[in-house]
Amino acid sequence: MIWLPLALFLGFVVLFAMQLRNPAEREVESAMIGKPLPQFALRAAADVPGLANTDMADGKARLLNIWASWCVPCAAEAPQLEALRKQGVEIVGVAIRDRPDDVAQFLARYGNPYSRIGADDRSTVQMGIGSSGIPETFVVDGKGVIRYQHIGDIRAEHVPMLIEKLKEASK
Amino acid sequence: MRALLAPLFIVWMALGTIPAMAQDSLPPAPYAYRQLDDPAQEAKAKALMETLRCLKCQGQSIADSDASMAGDMRHQVRLRIAAGEEPEAIRAWLVERYGDYVSFAPRFDGATWPLFVVPLIFLCVIGLVLWRKLGRRA
Repeated sequence: MIWLPLALFLGFVVLFAMQLRNPAEREVESAMIGKPLPQFALRAAADVPGLANTDMADGKARLLNIWASWCVPCAAEAPQLEALRKQGVEIVGVAIRDRPDDVAQFLARYGNPYSRIGADDRSTVQMGIGSSGIPETFVVDGKGVIRYQHIGDIRAEHVPMLIEKLKEASK
Repeated sequence: MRALLAPLFIVWMALGTIPAMAQDSLPPAPYAYRQLDDPAQEAKAKALMETLRCLKCQGQSIADSDASMAGDMRHQVRLRIAAGEEPEAIRAWLVERYGDYVSFAPRFDGATWPLFVVPLIFLCVIGLVLWRKLGRRA
């Protein structure tokens, strides 16, 4: 019984040590799933048309990709976006805090899977849809309602899943 | 032993500092680092910014962070305060988008009430035990 306080103390030391090694960084999910996109109209970020929320209320489900030319994982997911485009998926981009020259250079280097790219210079649209990182990809249905959020870069194994989510959003 | 540990320590430090992401090259938003002209409004904005979580650098508030997204969030907060919006309305706007996690200010609601009530119950129980023990002795 006399050892109980010491045992408790050591227990806490172990707990703290474990938590310190495992910092509380975590993905923040958007709370906007099931809600309509906010109103916005972004100027074009490159030689592709700009993006407004009204462009996404035409009855067709599509992907909205939050990206930037300065983001390293965005280059890694470029082949997957290209693969999705080849399968007939429409992808619109929102370029976060980016310069037109850099966007054009990125597209020339990694290809352009986007039908539209809006320039979000103050992260306003990113905040408006509850996105906290780059890249993130949202499934938006034909009424402009956010249906799904994918956090992080799209890997090859995520492609069929996203196509499935698009099908669900098209129903 | 120390000769062995030192290089290990350096490697460990280096691993910890590899940047996960590159930085953008746009200048900060106008109100990321500029205070509002009205001191009363700036005080309101500052108080709110200190209780909003930077989503990129999660242990920090947006008032403390130099991440570009935190700068954009400060810009957003200052613009809304300048437009006459109440701080709690701005907090609610962000909570609607990111959930409670974005706010450092604790809320008393269906999920969090035990955090407030349980310590009070403990205090009452301890008080009762002490009162009975000490009361008996006297």
